[in-house]
Amino acid sequence: MSEPAQREDIFTIVGNLLRGMRVTFRQMFLPRVTTEYPMVKREKPQRFHGRHVLNRYPDGMEKCIGCELCAGVCPARCIYVRGKDNDPEDPTSPGERYGYVYQINMLRCIFCGLCVEACPTEAITMTNLFEMSVTNRDDAVYTKKELLVQVDGTPNHMFGEGPLVDLDELRKADGWMRATAPQGRVEYEGVTGWTPSAGVGLRPAERGQAHSSDATPDDETKEGGGH
Amino acid sequence: MLDVGLVVGRVLLTFVIGLVAVILLVWAERKVVADMQNRMGPMRSGPYGILQTVADGLKLLLKEQITPVRVERFVFELAPFLAAVPALLLVLVIPFARPLEVTLAGEARVLQFAALDLNIGLLFVLAMSSVAVYAIVLAGWSSGSKYPLIGGVRGTAQAISYEAAMGLAMVAVVMWTATLPEVSSLGAMSLSEIVLRQQASFFSGSLSWIPAWNVVPQFPAFVIFLIAIFAETNRAPFDMVEAEQEIVAGFHTEYSGMRFAMFFLAEYLNMFTMSALTVSLFLGGWGGPFLDRVSPVLATLLSFVYLAIKVGAVLFLFVWVRASFPRFRYDQLMNLGWKRLIPSALVWLVLSTLVVSYRQFGAPWS
Repeated sequence: MSEPAQREDIFTIVGNLLRGMRVTFRQMFLPRVTTEYPMVKREKPQRFHGRHVLNRYPDGMEKCIGCELCAGVCPARCIYVRGKDNDPEDPTSPGERYGYVYQINMLRCIFCGLCVEACPTEAITMTNLFEMSVTNRDDAVYTKKELLVQVDGTPNHMFGEGPLVDLDELRKADGWMRATAPQGRVEYEGVTGWTPSAGVGLRPAERGQAHSSDATPDDETKEGGGH
Repeated sequence: MLDVGLVVGRVLLTFVIGLVAVILLVWAERKVVADMQNRMGPMRSGPYGILQTVADGLKLLLKEQITPVRVERFVFELAPFLAAVPALLLVLVIPFARPLEVTLAGEARVLQFAALDLNIGLLFVLAMSSVAVYAIVLAGWSSGSKYPLIGGVRGTAQAISYEAAMGLAMVAVVMWTATLPEVSSLGAMSLSEIVLRQQASFFSGSLSWIPAWNVVPQFPAFVIFLIAIFAETNRAPFDMVEAEQEIVAGFHTEYSGMRFAMFFLAEYLNMFTMSALTVSLFLGGWGGPFLDRVSPVLATLLSFVYLAIKVGAVLFLFVWVRASFPRFRYDQLMNLGWKRLIPSALVWLVLSTLVVSYRQFGAPWS
C-alpha cells in the first residue's frame, strides 16, 4: 500500500510479535538441514562432479591410452598428458600407448566433465570426492600418483586414512556415466549401461531404467562397457 | 564460628549455582537458537556439545590479553571487573530455595538459601545493576577506538531509560507486597520476604492451591519489568551496545582473552540473575505444589527444582526472543523507554497505589 504506515493498536502489535515468535518456535521441531560434516557426510547426487580419477581394467591394466583427447577438449586447459609407447614385454595399458605423464591442475579445473565425455576408453572419470584443500599451490597439481586408482579400484586420497577420509566415499562409483548414459538410445532399453568404473559396485538405476544387467544390447554398443 | 561458616557456605553455594547456570545457559542458548534456525549447534565437546562452554572458557583463559596502544590502561583493565563483580554480587540476593529449619549445635536455626538476605534487597539490585553500566561506559571510553565508544554511549542512554521503568515496576510490586500479611521481619523490600508472601493464596477452600503470585495482580508491572530487564541485560532485541552488524562488538571490541571472558560471564550471569529476579518478584520464586506435604529437606530440594524450572522458562523466553526479533534502532529504543514504558509504569503505579491504599485504609468517604 502506498499510504503511510498507520498507527496500530497495542493488540495488533502484540499479536504480530506473538506470530513471529510462533514461527521460530515451530522451526524447533523441523528436521535439521545441517550435518555434523566431517563425521556425517551428505548423500551426494549420482552425477556429482567431484575430482577425477584414472581408472584401471579389472586385471590391473591402466585404461588411459595417452591420446590427449581430454587435454584437447578441456576448456580450462588444466590437463597435461604425454603418451608413451608401451613396453611390449610389460605393457601398462592394453593398447599401443599409455599415459606416461598425466597431470590435472585442480586450481584451474572447472569440473565440467568434458574430459570424461571425450575419453574413448573411460579412463578418466569423476568421483564423489570433493575435499581437495592444499597448503601449497604445487600440491594442487594432481599427477598420476594421486589420480590413478589402486588395483582394487580405490582412488588415492591426498590425506591418507584418517577421520577426514571416508573410505566408503572413496569406493562410491563416479560420474562418468554422464557421458555414456544410455537414456534415449533404443538399444540400451532395460540394460544397466554403466560399468563399475572405479572397480567396485554398480550404480543404482537411473529414473526410467530397469536394473538388469542380464539383458544385452547389440554387439557394437556392448564394447564400451568395462565388464 | 558456625555463623561465619554458614555465611561462607551460602556464598560459595550461590556462586557455584550461578556459574553452573551460566555454563549451561551459554550452551542452551546456542542449542536453542540453533534449533530455531534448523541447525545442529555445538555437537563436538561432550554429549550434544554440553562442554562447549567449558572448552571456550579454557580457550579464553589461555589466550593473550591484547592491550591496544591507545587505551587508557588503568580504566581499560578496571572495566571488566566492574562488569563481573556487580554481576557476581547480584546473584547473592536471590533466594534459591525454601528456608530450612534445622537444629545445628543444639540450636534451632532457619537456613536461608539467599546468601545475602538483605532487608533492602531490591535497592541493592538496583544499585548493583547501575554499577554494571559503568563497566560498559568505561570500557567503551577507555578503549580509544570508535566502535567501543559508540557502544558505550549507547549503553549509557539505554541504561538510564530502562532502569527507571524497571525501578517503577519494582515499586509497584513492593507496595503490593507491603499490604500482604507479614511472614518474617525483613520487610517488603527483601526478596526472600517477597517470595514468602507469594506463597499464600487469593482463595480459600478448594481453590487454595492456586498461589498468590504477583504476576496476577501486578501483570502490567510484570510486562514492563520483563521488557526492562531485556534492555538492562543488553539482550536482543535491545543489544545495541554490542550490535555486531553495526559496531563490530560494541564496548568489548578491543578486549580479548580473560578480560573479554569477564564481560561475557557478566552478561550471562546478569541474564540468569534477572530471570531469577523476575521469578522471585512475580512468579512465586521457589514456590510450587506439594511443598507442604513432603519432609522439610525434600521440600527445600523440591523448591530449588521449581525455581530452576521457572528460571529456565524465563531464560528460554530470552533466547526465544533473541531468535525471533530484529534489533531495535537507537531512537526506537529511546522512544519505547521514555514514551511508552515509563509513562505506563507511572500510570500503573498510581492505579496500584489506589488499590493498595483502599485495601489498607478503606474508601476515603467511609
